[in-house]
Amino acid sequence: MTDTNKNIAKSPSRKKKFRDTTVTLAHGSGGQAMRDLIDDIFVGSFGNPAMADLEDGVSFPIQSLAQLGDRLTFTTDSFVVDPLFFPGGDIGTLAVNGTVNDLAVSGATPLYLSCSVIVEEGLAVDSLRKVAASIQQAAEAANVQIVTGDTKVVPKGSADKLFLNTAGIGMVREGINVKSDRLQPGDAILVNGPLGDHGTAILIARGELALDTNVASDCQPLHGLVDIIINACPQVKAMRDATRGGVATVLNEFATASGVGIRLQESQVPIREEVKGVCEILGFDPLYLANEGKLVVAVPQEAAETVLAAMQSHPAGQESKIIGEVVEAAAGVVWMQTGFGSERVVDMLVGEQLPRIC
Amino acid sequence: MKYIDEFRDPQKAQAVLQQIKKFSRKLDRSAQNPLKIMEVCGGHTHSIFKYGLETILPDNIELVHGPGCPVCVMPRGRLDDAIALAEMPNVIFTTYGDAMRVPGTKKSLLEAKADGADIRMVYSPLDALQIAKENPQQEVIFFGLGFETTAPSTALTILQAEREKVPNFSVFSNHVLVVPALQALLDNGELQLDGFIGPGHVSMVIGTEPYQFICDRYQKPVVVSGFEPLDILQSVWMLLQQMVSHRVEVENQYQRIVKPQGNPVAIDAMEKVFVPRESFEWRGLGEIPQSGFQLADAYSHFDAEVKFAVPHYQSQDHKACQCGKILQGILKPTDCKVFGTACTPSNPLGACMVSSEGACAAYYKYHRLSAAS
Repeated sequence: MTDTNKNIAKSPSRKKKFRDTTVTLAHGSGGQAMRDLIDDIFVGSFGNPAMADLEDGVSFPIQSLAQLGDRLTFTTDSFVVDPLFFPGGDIGTLAVNGTVNDLAVSGATPLYLSCSVIVEEGLAVDSLRKVAASIQQAAEAANVQIVTGDTKVVPKGSADKLFLNTAGIGMVREGINVKSDRLQPGDAILVNGPLGDHGTAILIARGELALDTNVASDCQPLHGLVDIIINACPQVKAMRDATRGGVATVLNEFATASGVGIRLQESQVPIREEVKGVCEILGFDPLYLANEGKLVVAVPQEAAETVLAAMQSHPAGQESKIIGEVVEAAAGVVWMQTGFGSERVVDMLVGEQLPRIC
Repeated sequence: MKYIDEFRDPQKAQAVLQQIKKFSRKLDRSAQNPLKIMEVCGGHTHSIFKYGLETILPDNIELVHGPGCPVCVMPRGRLDDAIALAEMPNVIFTTYGDAMRVPGTKKSLLEAKADGADIRMVYSPLDALQIAKENPQQEVIFFGLGFETTAPSTALTILQAEREKVPNFSVFSNHVLVVPALQALLDNGELQLDGFIGPGHVSMVIGTEPYQFICDRYQKPVVVSGFEPLDILQSVWMLLQQMVSHRVEVENQYQRIVKPQGNPVAIDAMEKVFVPRESFEWRGLGEIPQSGFQLADAYSHFDAEVKFAVPHYQSQDHKACQCGKILQGILKPTDCKVFGTACTPSNPLGACMVSSEGACAAYYKYHRLSAAS
């Protein structure tokens, strides 16, 4: 064997140290640079045997899934938040919790997630590393595994820094049927805490407003809270996490799908003083601001207090409130009774909220 | 927020409401022939609907929503001009958010942005000036909108641009003036109003004295009002007290903010930078003399209409659209033939349906509840 051949024989076992500081198009080329990036940033962070194989697909034994429920739930969501890092979280925590929560409010136990990454050329590798670490931490906190993924790098200007897509599967327990068309007059509407924190945190983090508040995103997994709700009330009617469009959008979707009216009590709707203040300045309505750790749940009236107590016993639901009830009148309409006896419609938002001139 | 909460206290609101009910019974008015009070300012319209105030007033008192939404009163041609400016090469066009969705003849600023124009939403003209300083190779145009409420901040920004010698900044001024608009409304023979809730923010700048002519010449009472629900309810009560005791005065409910002489610094900045236009077109009200601001000659180098070739589009409103009469309080939104059918918040024909301060958009929401319940 010549010396050269010895060197060739050694090379595959030598792990190349990933030293690049900026993501370039080479990292999306499918070649060695991409392999090094994936090995170091993603496989290294996620530490998951299913992913370490880097096969094109991942398989699960059906029998072990079937022990957890009688239906499989599958969901996907994409995350394009700006800025990538904000008080209370980052795009990575959003991507995991968003999909975990979509599964949870469908009544499913979240199990496995995919995570696809679209990186704009020029992103700092440290930012990507930080996001990957957040993804792993959030997955551990939500008790799910990231089992597959994909990485693309696009030329500068073709995307805004970093986009993530997560898809997830979970299993729904037998007998649980959570759907937005099941509301009936008399049902109670609950939320698990103050509304609009995430939307406010993002507005402030963008730095366009020169406002200084300490509002942090409420980004958190909700599967534990959902478990408690379902255990307290297996007859739970509908559940939805109130992300983009806020609680107002969720309630309008419930009212339309079920053909009922929903009457809210303004005095019972929890909103932080800081969030109210920002909304006053901008002319926004906190009911439409995004949340990343809040759910709306409809339960039969007789179970309302039991569910409320159960929710308040969980860390993600300590500030839960019963905010309204389902009524027969005004089918498809959500409205709010104000503190001094007047009523106002809480309609579906047209487009995004825009600040008013005066 | 404690300061604000005081003006949303349910118990105090109930007490004021009881007084309103008591005084309303002393008026010779029925639900069929209600007392008509116009709130001139779009901010009041917004609050009235946000807090559902119309639903708790006695049925012989009707609130009429006036032409105080600067987005609503802008003629379509001016919006088309704004879009033409925004679509020029090498331009960054900056605007307050609520002008983004208003439909021009062919598109809105939001659609022009989607088509590739560099249009950015700002919260203050100072933000626009900052963008100009950061982008010296591009022309930055600020869409100057609003009544005397926002005109001072545009004026102060132009003074700052002059001090800092920012050559690539200009303003497309569509600032309008409240007093000439009130004058035009009062001179309309069709109008049947009994009193006015005066604009709080405008009055903070111009004071209360400019409204005296409404009492003197037209014998209508005016109460300048704040924007919280209790402010508005108290202003209605104050108007009723005047009517019951046959007084016709300008009163100031918003004393914590509004001084009779206004804000001299703001007035001074406006007078330096702006001069009244000979005439300005208002959507629905037509041409009103001396009702708009253009930049004074000394600052014409910051005037987008001088600096660039503005097309000066002329565009008629949709034939079926009754925005004009609605803005004057002659018709209710629900009287318009296209209200809620061809014209909805998702597909607005007129600006009253677009802006959150627009009477039609507000009515559309409220109407859905009253129609369904």
